[in-house]
Amino acid sequence: MLKKEFIKGLWKENPVLRQLLGMCPTLAVTTSSLNGAAMGLATTFVVLSSGIVVSILRKIIPPQVRIPVFAVIIATFVTIADIVLKAHFPLISRELGPYVPLIVVNCLIMGRQEAFTSKNPIHLSIADTLGMGLGFTWLLVLLGSIREIMGMGTVFGMRIMPSTFEEWIIMVLPAGAFITLGLLAAFYNMINEKKMRS
Amino acid sequence: MAAELITIFVSAVLVNNFVLYYFLGICPFLGVSSKLDSSVGIGMATTFVMTMTALVTWPVYYYFISPETGLNLPFLEYIAFIIVIASLVQFVEMFLRKFFPHLYRALGIYLPLITTNCAILGMALFMVLRQYNYIQSVVFGFGAGCGFTLVIIIMAGIREQLKFSPVPGVFKGAPITLITAGLLALAFMGFAGIITP
Repeated sequence: MLKKEFIKGLWKENPVLRQLLGMCPTLAVTTSSLNGAAMGLATTFVVLSSGIVVSILRKIIPPQVRIPVFAVIIATFVTIADIVLKAHFPLISRELGPYVPLIVVNCLIMGRQEAFTSKNPIHLSIADTLGMGLGFTWLLVLLGSIREIMGMGTVFGMRIMPSTFEEWIIMVLPAGAFITLGLLAAFYNMINEKKMRS
Repeated sequence: MAAELITIFVSAVLVNNFVLYYFLGICPFLGVSSKLDSSVGIGMATTFVMTMTALVTWPVYYYFISPETGLNLPFLEYIAFIIVIASLVQFVEMFLRKFFPHLYRALGIYLPLITTNCAILGMALFMVLRQYNYIQSVVFGFGAGCGFTLVIIIMAGIREQLKFSPVPGVFKGAPITLITAGLLALAFMGFAGIITP
């Protein structure tokens, strides 16, 4: 049961590829693998901690005002993440800029509270939000790595392409983000289709 | 003064478009853009709420949150903004239902969706980052809303055509929409020359 809730976020119900949630940070900050990893982990922290709080309070929160209550809980944890990033990783914090506070309105986080943690006990909520957060993170790291390798010839800042490689500037521009994610989503559909057939 | 406001407006609509340049408001952009009339609805509702948000969050930031002119509460910035936006959407909904039932019927179902539209909060954050004054902020909010409306309408037009196109199986749905958005973003890069920094 626990394992099932954790695993589903990684592939079968992957928040980005399957549910198309949390697209803004996915597209905006994945110009490099490091930025993708930082954003993924920050989002995992926020979805996990707010999931725990919502799950504990799920019987106390009146259903009519649940959305604003979720929003305030999420905003509190985003503020914590933002302050920690600013203090310990000032470079990453500057790179991510306003996209750190924008985690507040990441629909992936609100979606998990609405669909899962507000209806389920705490241990299941931890498994679910952790799975969703990590499912989000691996995709961001992959997308960031593809764009960084093609656009700058490096991955996590280390040069891996030969010096004769001509960088594809478009990959680090907004258009490259849309097209790469589109191709990844098509690839995801293809693998699932193959699995269904066999 | 006027030239500066026009620059802010044009830049928000075309050059640094919220959807195609900052990736804000992607969720409704992908979710609602399959029909033309619903795109017009959500575009208008977003423009309206964005302008209102600029009108309200500017004083909230500079009189309460700001370390220089306010009460120095920067850690409350995000919480304050999200509360302002959520209550604003609620208030706009009630106001429209009472006084403009026509408009309410047209926009009604899109209004609650707007609370989690990242473009709204993004607009408020950019307004603070760029230190716009009150009038500039309102123009910026209105321009950002217009830019969102423009792109979502273009997108809806393309997607209505796409329905009749032979799209390969695995590309159906999200992938082809994302790639279309990518091509649209490429096209919008052509506007970059309008404004010289």
